[in-house]
Amino acid sequence: MQVTLKDFTKTFDDMTVIDKMNLTVEDGEMLALLGPSGCGKSTTLFAICGIHRINGGQILFGTRDVSNVPSQKRNVGVVFQNYALYPHLTVSENIAFPLSVRGDDKAKIEREVRAIAELTHIEELLARRPAQLSGGQQQRVALARALVRKPDVLLLDEPLANLDAKLRLEMRSEIRRIQLETGITAILVTHDQVEAMSMCDRIAIMNKGEILQIATPTDMYRAPVNKFVAGFLGNPPIVMLEGKASGDGRFIVNGGAGLPLPSRLANIPGDTPLSLGVRPEHFGAAGASQVSGTITFVEPQGRETLFDVTLADGVVLRSIQPAREDVALGHKVAWPLDAEKLLAFDATGQAV
Amino acid sequence: MTRNFSAWPIYALLGILSAPLAVMYLFLVIDTFTNAPPGSLIPNEFTFHHWRFLWDASVTGDVWGPTATTFLFATTMVVIVLAVSSTAGYAISRLNLPFRRFFLSGIMVMHAFPSVTLIIGVFLVLQFAGLYNTLIGVILVKASLMLPFGVWIMKGFYDQVPWEIEMAGVQDGASRFTVWRRLILPQVTPGLLSLGIFAFIDGWSEFMLPRILAPSANFQVLSTYLNVVSDPNSTTYNFNLFKSVGLFYTLPILVLFAVFQNRLMNIFGGGTKG
Repeated sequence: MQVTLKDFTKTFDDMTVIDKMNLTVEDGEMLALLGPSGCGKSTTLFAICGIHRINGGQILFGTRDVSNVPSQKRNVGVVFQNYALYPHLTVSENIAFPLSVRGDDKAKIEREVRAIAELTHIEELLARRPAQLSGGQQQRVALARALVRKPDVLLLDEPLANLDAKLRLEMRSEIRRIQLETGITAILVTHDQVEAMSMCDRIAIMNKGEILQIATPTDMYRAPVNKFVAGFLGNPPIVMLEGKASGDGRFIVNGGAGLPLPSRLANIPGDTPLSLGVRPEHFGAAGASQVSGTITFVEPQGRETLFDVTLADGVVLRSIQPAREDVALGHKVAWPLDAEKLLAFDATGQAV
Repeated sequence: MTRNFSAWPIYALLGILSAPLAVMYLFLVIDTFTNAPPGSLIPNEFTFHHWRFLWDASVTGDVWGPTATTFLFATTMVVIVLAVSSTAGYAISRLNLPFRRFFLSGIMVMHAFPSVTLIIGVFLVLQFAGLYNTLIGVILVKASLMLPFGVWIMKGFYDQVPWEIEMAGVQDGASRFTVWRRLILPQVTPGLLSLGIFAFIDGWSEFMLPRILAPSANFQVLSTYLNVVSDPNSTTYNFNLFKSVGLFYTLPILVLFAVFQNRLMNIFGGGTKG
């Protein structure tokens, strides 16, 4: 089901947290609300499921206006960050709860619980209590409970935050698999860009109560609309260099030497203040221009190695390359820079 | 726990300090079943004679009537305290109540108030309501004096229940009342249980209120009954009999405490599972 926010506004006391936000989540799509803590992403989620009352605008499920419909009647499944399983009930009673509240008959409940347990791979856990489950299993139960009454929308609030690294990887693909199999419209709230990029069809990146950009993960990574988005996506993060255009297609770092600009910016007038963003994978792999400097930091990551290279004028560029041991700390290197893929932003932080 | 010092000196000291109490209690039990020659502490005769009040109403008057009344008194009080505390505690913990802070500080003040100081006001209220000298009146007064404690304790237990459980219940389509009854209440049963036992013990041992607020009523609770038995000026005064009635009166409390002592301790932990 399509979910639409129209001029959604939320205030807490006198503080406007979100002002006239517009967002459309397509039917069957999984959308990430990505942003730093306090950006309003959870507020948005809780407004959609009805825990927070909205102060302005509309929330539409399909064509149905649910702005003033209480949570109980919205038919939204929510997975909370700490799963919020009912500790005194067994797994199957947990999953059955939404159905039994609705007044379904026993046979139907039994059937539905079985089916959803099969989908989430927890058939053998049905008799246990939440305290006897691992984090990943609790997560599956929470998903099953949220999905069992076939909600119009599935909302996930930081679903992976409480899991350890290995489980997080597993549940990432599991949640996506279940979402695809059920074809449900899902909204994921997260502050982790990797989660957002790997699980979702589209990302809406938020900061200070505003949506900055909505795009597919690849598009957003390749063409961020502003400095904030560029800095938020990518790990290891992008390196931002402050400086200005030289007028002849190059970029002068503040108090230092020049770097090439992408050819699409060849005509930018001289002395235009710019920020140049260099992603680590765009330095050291391929490209037309050479940049030389001294390796000042090496971080082996197994498959890859991360280098910090300090240029003659003190500028530090980061480079990530397939693991290599032929260079070490203190070596002088001249590596290629892929100037065409560099990102440039004007004085206000908008991409140019 | 690892010990950095040997424990026996502490046990020895505690043992010596509590020995007089232990000996007294031991003799309380022994004396109810035995007779000792005058001037001696060592019993020379086993007897059920001192327990004859259980079946012979002519000794001190019927004991089962006061026992039943005390039981009724304590259980009714438990019901009232649990019903009000479990709902009021929830409201204060979770609902966006007007005057919430005022209620909270009010409860604290009431909790700290010595009930004796209220007795004149309570007397007037009961008199006005026509409940003076009635069992219902005493029960209501006792229960309401217990309520600040109960509400406060239950609020503490409700505060421990994660907010998300409640929201998850609402999202699952349950009304706030269903959420409270089926999801939240089961989480606070340890609190309810200990509060219930506490209230029962408190009601069972109450002496002041029945004595003051129903002095001439046609009912007696065990504490006032014991008071009559222990009157040294009465013709039936018998010290061993007094001890037996006292022990009989204490037994249910001892049993309750022995069975539920772990539960009772966790009421002071504010609901953390012990």
